[in-house]
Amino acid sequence: MTDTQRRMKSGSRLERVLRSGRFAVTAELNPPDSADPGAVYDAALVLAEVADAINATDASGANVHMSSVAICALLTRAGYEPVLQIACRDRNRIAIQGDLLGAAAMGVRNVLCLTGDDVTAGDQPQAKRAFDFDSIQLLRTARIMRDKGMFLSGRRLDVRPKLFLGAASNPFVQPYDWRPKRLAKKIEAGADFIQTQYCFDVPRFQKFMQQVRDMGLHKRVYILVGVGPLRSDRAAEFIRTKVPGVEIPDEIVERLRKTPTEKKQEEGKRICIEIIQQVREIEGVAGVHVMAYRQEELVADIIEEARLLPRRKRQDVPRKTEGEQEMLEQRASTARTEQ
Amino acid sequence: MSVRNWIHNRPHALEIVYQFTEWVFYRLDPLFARIGYDRTDRLIRPAEELGKKLTFDCRMCGQCILHSTGMTCPMTCPKNLRNGPCGGVRSNGHCEVKPEMKCVWGEAYERSLDMSVYGHEMTMLQPPVNRRLEGTSAWVNMLTGVDKEVPEGWVSVEELSATA
Ligand code: SF4
Repeated sequence: MTDTQRRMKSGSRLERVLRSGRFAVTAELNPPDSADPGAVYDAALVLAEVADAINATDASGANVHMSSVAICALLTRAGYEPVLQIACRDRNRIAIQGDLLGAAAMGVRNVLCLTGDDVTAGDQPQAKRAFDFDSIQLLRTARIMRDKGMFLSGRRLDVRPKLFLGAASNPFVQPYDWRPKRLAKKIEAGADFIQTQYCFDVPRFQKFMQQVRDMGLHKRVYILVGVGPLRSDRAAEFIRTKVPGVEIPDEIVERLRKTPTEKKQEEGKRICIEIIQQVREIEGVAGVHVMAYRQEELVADIIEEARLLPRRKRQDVPRKTEGEQEMLEQRASTARTEQ
Repeated sequence: MSVRNWIHNRPHALEIVYQFTEWVFYRLDPLFARIGYDRTDRLIRPAEELGKKLTFDCRMCGQCILHSTGMTCPMTCPKNLRNGPCGGVRSNGHCEVKPEMKCVWGEAYERSLDMSVYGHEMTMLQPPVNRRLEGTSAWVNMLTGVDKEVPEGWVSVEELSATA
């Protein structure tokens, strides 16, 4: 057993990548509004080529889609490495602990613990909010289950869920000085890795990371910076006014506005690549988390053009060989016909 | 409400009042114990509710942590967060859920900076809420200690890192 393996908490591939010091790439899967498992496999296929792990969102923006637990279960069946997102908005502590066990049983090794966007952000604002836990209490509970082998009530588990625990951070909204402190609190609660909100404001992020380094937090947690391509200035305007917590500086919107319509998407991609290259140089950044909502086909290009691939040791990357790829596609299509 | 704002903008004075009230309650504890805590709850609750509603827009969760959260009631956060702000705060510092309201946690953080007694408690990890205490007197719960009871599995950091 190598030293890294001995220290591993979860047996997660993402954990292994991060511990080895390689720059990690995770990507967000756009969950289908469908009962067709094939839709999940189609969405995963374009991401798996370049991503060390795939995030399955939990009704983000409070819009219902296929559940994150189910998506993750489908992904592990096909040999992919999912990150299960769990929000506190829809489930109380009883449901959440059950989901953690169930997910681990399905082979899920990474969990991202979130507060969740409010119900008012989605298309069913009449719903009742749960928020029985907050994200920090959720994190701590997951850690108790993993490290202590019990439920919150103290009742013993027969087998512990081996999970690599993640949390979100949004350095781009107020109160700015509180954000690193909140990060410290999340580490104390149990966070092993962090995926941030979309980073469009690199100077702001640099300031945040300066504080993070001053507090020594970058040595205690792996930080993956959230990035993503903007399709156009109109999309940017929509996102920054309608999606909670996403800040896009005027310069970026302006740059897209000045670009001719047919080149806007390309320009959005360029901006994303530039941001990746900038944040990559910041000390304490362990990887990027690509969220390319409805532009998933761009993710592989972005990663390649940001030159993140050549520096990744191929043999360790869960990149599928041609044979495996074929098998997966086949599996995806049988899953669809079985339905 | 301007009177409420006037009071809120004096977080240090508020924490001193809190500290004093806490002292008074502990001094009177033997008396309350004799009356019986259930009866004390019935006696105190109406006044507590009125006072805290007016000053803090209190939601009577029964486990008051006001002094640890910048003398700002965390239950007024629409997501009921107890450990700090969510990631949805708007660029003007207002709440994701209620655009007309300032983020409760932004205010809590700013006030905590002026609080020399309890300000540092903002970084404390707050355990899950005991929903059964909703609607009961937090002062009485403080005296009986039920407000500090945590689920059996909620172990300390030290205990956790010993096994991790
Ligand atoms: S923006 Fe502030 S007050 Fe509103 S839900 Fe988030 S933390 Fe609570």
